[in-house]
Amino acid sequence: MHARVLVRPKAGILDPQGAVAQRALAALGFAGVSEVRIGRLIELEVADADALPEMCERLLANPLIEDYEILSDTP
Amino acid sequence: MKFGVITFPGSCDDRDAQLAAARVGEVVPLWHADHDLQGAEAVIVPGGFSYGDYLRAGAIARFAPIMTEVVEFARAGGPVMGICNGFQVLCEARLLPGALLTNTSLRFVCRQVTLALVNPNTTFTRAAKARLSIPVKHTTGRFYAPPAELDRLEAADQVVLRYAPGHNPNGAARDIAGIVNEAGNVFGLMPHPEHAVDPLTGSEDGLGIFASIAGGCR
Repeated sequence: MHARVLVRPKAGILDPQGAVAQRALAALGFAGVSEVRIGRLIELEVADADALPEMCERLLANPLIEDYEILSDTP
Repeated sequence: MKFGVITFPGSCDDRDAQLAAARVGEVVPLWHADHDLQGAEAVIVPGGFSYGDYLRAGAIARFAPIMTEVVEFARAGGPVMGICNGFQVLCEARLLPGALLTNTSLRFVCRQVTLALVNPNTTFTRAAKARLSIPVKHTTGRFYAPPAELDRLEAADQVVLRYAPGHNPNGAARDIAGIVNEAGNVFGLMPHPEHAVDPLTGSEDGLGIFASIAGGCR
């Protein structure tokens, strides 16, 4: 099955990439943008969706600094 | 003292680490794909890159074949030093607490920094100077751990090196440049002592780190 895993910096951890994007948006004239955080989206085909949490814990995310969210698509 | 220096695909400071170690002991090169520490009495996980540092720096390298032996060696009390990318690998391998994040500046920094030796009573620092001038060169060197963990590290004397005031190049929490694990036999640091072993390149303060591991005294 197809699955998507969202990985993002944990709340409270400074995300300089997000801060830079936020300043760039302001420079482009987009007012009222805040809390920009940049993470990553991992798409994968998996035979066993039950293994996804362990995949996240052991490799796809570093639970100390990142939160992950498993979004399983049903075809 | 026989130093084993690992080479990963992408390592670029392994050669300097070998040369630095050779000043104070014997050296045996170790290959990432082997399952053999070749009798090394201390292991150096060098700087540079590893496996492209895809996903997160060190995230793939921690599963390199040789890391099975490194983890076993560390658990048995063997001295392991991770420099820069090596520090990232040891954090990802959970041999050290915390993680290294992208520099606050988002920029690669390459400069000589002054370090304060916080804990001179470790295997890695007993022959080191109280203030060291050592270069850093990295993009992902901002040491992070949750505040409670930082308190614990400080209370347990696990913070070994700090950037001197005004020298923090990456936004590291509490100016932390190097830490040891609870048992004191695994050391990770962002600065490169192997690049500071000859006056020709500006400083030989890094040699004290290698001399410490080899059994030197102050």
